[in-house]
Amino acid sequence: MFEFSEYYEASSLDEATEFLAKNPRAKIIAGGSDILVEIREHPMPDSALVGIGRLNELKAISIDSEGTLSIGSMTTFEQLEKNELIMKYVPMLGESGGTIGGPQLRRVATLGGNICNGAVSADTATSLFDFNTRLVLENSGGRRIVDIKDFYLGPGKTDIKQNEVLTRFLISRADYEGFFGCYIKFSRRKALDIANLGCAVICRIKEGCFSEIRISLGVAAPTPIRCTTAEKFARGLEITEENMENIGKKALEDARPRDSWRASRAFREQLIQVSTHRALREAVSKAGGMQNG
Amino acid sequence: MKYNEIGKSVKRYDAAAKVTGKAKYTGDFHERDMLVAVVLRSTIAHGRVLVINTEKAKVLPGVETVVTFEDVPDRLYPTAGHPYSTELSHQDIADRRILTGHVRYYGDEIAAVVAVDELTARKALGLITVEYEEYPVLLTVEDALAGDAPEIHTGTGNIVGKMNYEFGNVEEGFSSADFIVEEEIETQTVQHCAMENHISYAYVDGQERLTVVSSTQIPHIARRIIGQALDKPVHEIRVIKPFIGGGFGAKQDACLEPLNAFLTLAVGGRPVRLEMTREESIIGTRVRHAVKYRIKTGVMKNGEMVARQVSLTTAKGAYASHGISPVAKQGTIYLQLYPTKNVKFDLISAYSNTPVAGAMRAYGIPQIKFALEAHMDDVAKKIGMDPVEFRRINQVKEGDQDPKTHLKVLSCGLDECLDRGKALIGWDEKRKKYEGQTGEKRRGVGMAQFCYGTGTYPVCLEIAGARIILRPDGSVQMQVGATEIGQGSDTVLSQMAAEILGISPDKVYLESTTDSDTSPFDTGAYASRQTYVSGAAVKKAALECRERILDAAAAREKTTSNSLDIRNSRIVDKGSGRVVMTLADLALDTYYSRENSSPISVDISYQTKSNALSFGVTFTEVEVDMKTGLVTVIELYNVHDSGTIINRQLAEGQVYGGISMGVGYALTEELKFHPETGKPLNNNLLDYKLPTMMDTPRMGVEFVETFEPTAPFGNKSLGEPPAISPAPAIRNAVLHATGVSINRLPMDPQRVFEKLKEEGLV
Amino acid sequence: MGDKLRRIELTVNGRKKEIEVDVRESLLDLIRNRLELTGAKRGCEVGECGACTVLVNGEAVDSCIYLAVWADGKEVVTVEGLAKDGKLTDMQQAFVDEGAVQCGFCTPGLVMSATALESRNEKLSKDDIKRELSGHLCRCTGYHQISKAVEKVIDSE
Repeated sequence: MFEFSEYYEASSLDEATEFLAKNPRAKIIAGGSDILVEIREHPMPDSALVGIGRLNELKAISIDSEGTLSIGSMTTFEQLEKNELIMKYVPMLGESGGTIGGPQLRRVATLGGNICNGAVSADTATSLFDFNTRLVLENSGGRRIVDIKDFYLGPGKTDIKQNEVLTRFLISRADYEGFFGCYIKFSRRKALDIANLGCAVICRIKEGCFSEIRISLGVAAPTPIRCTTAEKFARGLEITEENMENIGKKALEDARPRDSWRASRAFREQLIQVSTHRALREAVSKAGGMQNG
Repeated sequence: MKYNEIGKSVKRYDAAAKVTGKAKYTGDFHERDMLVAVVLRSTIAHGRVLVINTEKAKVLPGVETVVTFEDVPDRLYPTAGHPYSTELSHQDIADRRILTGHVRYYGDEIAAVVAVDELTARKALGLITVEYEEYPVLLTVEDALAGDAPEIHTGTGNIVGKMNYEFGNVEEGFSSADFIVEEEIETQTVQHCAMENHISYAYVDGQERLTVVSSTQIPHIARRIIGQALDKPVHEIRVIKPFIGGGFGAKQDACLEPLNAFLTLAVGGRPVRLEMTREESIIGTRVRHAVKYRIKTGVMKNGEMVARQVSLTTAKGAYASHGISPVAKQGTIYLQLYPTKNVKFDLISAYSNTPVAGAMRAYGIPQIKFALEAHMDDVAKKIGMDPVEFRRINQVKEGDQDPKTHLKVLSCGLDECLDRGKALIGWDEKRKKYEGQTGEKRRGVGMAQFCYGTGTYPVCLEIAGARIILRPDGSVQMQVGATEIGQGSDTVLSQMAAEILGISPDKVYLESTTDSDTSPFDTGAYASRQTYVSGAAVKKAALECRERILDAAAAREKTTSNSLDIRNSRIVDKGSGRVVMTLADLALDTYYSRENSSPISVDISYQTKSNALSFGVTFTEVEVDMKTGLVTVIELYNVHDSGTIINRQLAEGQVYGGISMGVGYALTEELKFHPETGKPLNNNLLDYKLPTMMDTPRMGVEFVETFEPTAPFGNKSLGEPPAISPAPAIRNAVLHATGVSINRLPMDPQRVFEKLKEEGLV
Repeated sequence: MGDKLRRIELTVNGRKKEIEVDVRESLLDLIRNRLELTGAKRGCEVGECGACTVLVNGEAVDSCIYLAVWADGKEVVTVEGLAKDGKLTDMQQAFVDEGAVQCGFCTPGLVMSATALESRNEKLSKDDIKRELSGHLCRCTGYHQISKAVEKVIDSE
């Protein structure tokens, strides 16, 4: 039994946002895999929960005429991993979701939940950073769109107001077309684990050189981050082992890993370099390899 | 030896009940009116409760009672699942009360709430306020033994116990050696993590008897401990053990039962359930000792070891539990595996402000075998010898007798285990092939071996009871005091009875529930003792039953019983093979004969006064990621000499499970504490990392079947041993792959990376 | 308190039930405590061990972190609902035959995940099967005989 005050099952987005507006202590429950665990640890006797699991409009994944991918926030990781549009345009996002927890968890846990709770280890966050994803937030008064890099405010803190629902993730064609990517989750177990470091790399290749790369890291700073210094450094570089290794080293300049009982700062720094290098190597190989790029 | 039923892969009798959800565990019983208890645990690791205020909690609607350390009997009791000793000097250390105001570890039990449901009980917990006086937190042996350290238990000087021995003269031995290798090796704290958390419920029954239903490995011993804690005679207490979701030693202590018994008495005998959460189970029951070793060996160029010495220290935790037994046993096994003329051993076990170390699968031996087998490879490397050949020169063989226990080794298949292990992994080829690698990922093969006792003789009493009743249809009902905890003991004990009685195992009905009122006395499931000790009791009971059956048949047939035999549930004439009567006909007649009705039932006990070493090896191949320190086990083989294998499929299951536990011990598992406050950091199943199905390597199991003459069927220990040798074998494979000795468990990526970096390999 | 109770309709092991639940109850609380179907076990309460796994609309989920009200209008199958007329399903029988059961505490959950996997009728590699069952912790078996049991029933490789 969990300690919360009330449960409200929303049957439309409007109902959900209205309830949130009227009940300033109410919280959204999506798949429940984070918040129920949180409530077990820290009871919330004064908070009502608003269920949005029956809002099918938040589960759809679509692409519009301009090629913008729109992913409903209530998409579960299992759906994400199997969805044809995801597999076709942003496979790394599906794969990164596939590294979360175990199968039962991936069946209920949602992309929206993964991002809203602000966890620095969120496996899908780094992919979404690479794709310059925009988040659609709605409340009873209207909607706003926030870039994912602005959404994260600090550890466990995101730019979502109590009365808002994260409804969709938008990825523009320009942010995925021609990119090849690889997500590396470094964890102690192959399942049921959280990342010691998450590293998502995408790259575009032209005539044996990197025309663009994007590197995002999880658990390397108080929020997931993009490694803009390394990205700038990489632009135009010839694709060689040495250059890729150097890009990995460069990624350190943007990172601010810390010491914790889970991993030391020095070890995380090593993981940042190695993972970036390896993810890049793998992305290049997906793009057709060093020779054919 | 030719057997009919022994050796067959008889299906577990309880498997169908377990795949359909019919098997009932302690938490599956719903008593009418059952209350729920939760425990208030300390939020400091060392100190004293100055003030505890329970007023608000007591008046919360739904709360039946709140009790604190001030309300419990002022009696100290022990918790260890050891047989009672009538000699005071051999009794377990009695150092705890049911609840305590003197807090000795983070999570110590101060108070308890009994309420109508869990939510109310937990809400009430939150309303209790506690003020502490804090003492310095002593997490290590060094902390505990520092001159100014406060005493965790008054009058102990923080020493749980010390022990030492020397055989021969190690100083002389070392001075005669060609080489001396000396190093420090350390193991970590781990937890059993049986999938069922500790749970019990208690009530006073209609005959005013205090009944505790519990997930315990030691129902009979738990009854005695409850009596000690509450100052009640045994006849007032009843302990019942239904199906149990794993134990591995953590349930070989009475962790819950005394408190649960006290709580039901506090609410007038109403049923009270006490179920630990996972977080509580990990810190509030028992853990495996972390041990620090200084280990030294003198060796000749030809590989002969001439002197060996081990000094170990261990932080025992807040209470004595099993005392020094799990580390003292290390001294025995250390001696037995490699008989050496000059051997010295000493240990210090100190109280600390950490969770209590007790029994865990193989009782101290995974620790010493990690140190010893790691060290053996380092010594072999020093003298440039193949690790297997180096071991062969020094290892125990049939006929050896150690100077401490004086037990003679009567069966030993260790050499054959080594032969098989080498073949399975492709030892000779891969040892060469993997020399001089330079890549980012490097492979290596390694091995380790062990010996392990069967039961606790001569240190402890070994006693077991069995009762067999011939039912009117020729089947038998058997009761044992041995405790089925998932290992399959009920199935193999049934096979043993069937073997002797000439019936098939499905004609043996064994009640899995152990009940201290109705089950024969047996000390329980530990020390891999049950096939050996309880098995001997079953054999004795079955032989007596068989004799009674043949006597009854002979009397009816007017012949002599030694001319008859039982085969396939039929009484046959030994000479001709002629069927004299069916067992069913005879059985019915023993019940209802007008002339000589006398149903056959046998009730015996058996005291074992022997012990037998089982042996085994692990051979494994690993891959080391030189840049991240990640060690991946590619494949791993265990080969065991556990004497006769009673049930191959169940035996293999024990080995696979042990390997998995050993792999976790080697690579991912470690219970961590805040270095200043002693607060546990990872007491949950996300952060305490048991291997998942995806983390489990390709495994293989083989048995070298020797025949152990002291055993009922030639069998030796198997439940615990598979968990012993995987960790050192993996460590030695990492050594082979990288040239680096990792002397601290677990070999997690960060630790391996740091070591590789220290050696200039990153 | 009144607003914490809700009447839901669900199908449990093929039988329709209408039952009043506390909105704060987990599905595990509901089936174990109220429906007295104790096959699903409580091992961690946070979705880390898989012992509480049941099928909701044919999919295996951790019932400990699944609110009972979410089962409204859905079909729930627990381990008690598999065997028909006392006959074990192929999957259950395979667990028995391959020695995949030891203490049995993780068994109901694993049987449920394996059953759901079987019903997908997909061709899976041995590694796929391991991944699909990786949401279950077992401390007794080392998973070997469990994998073998599932591979026997599911067309693998």
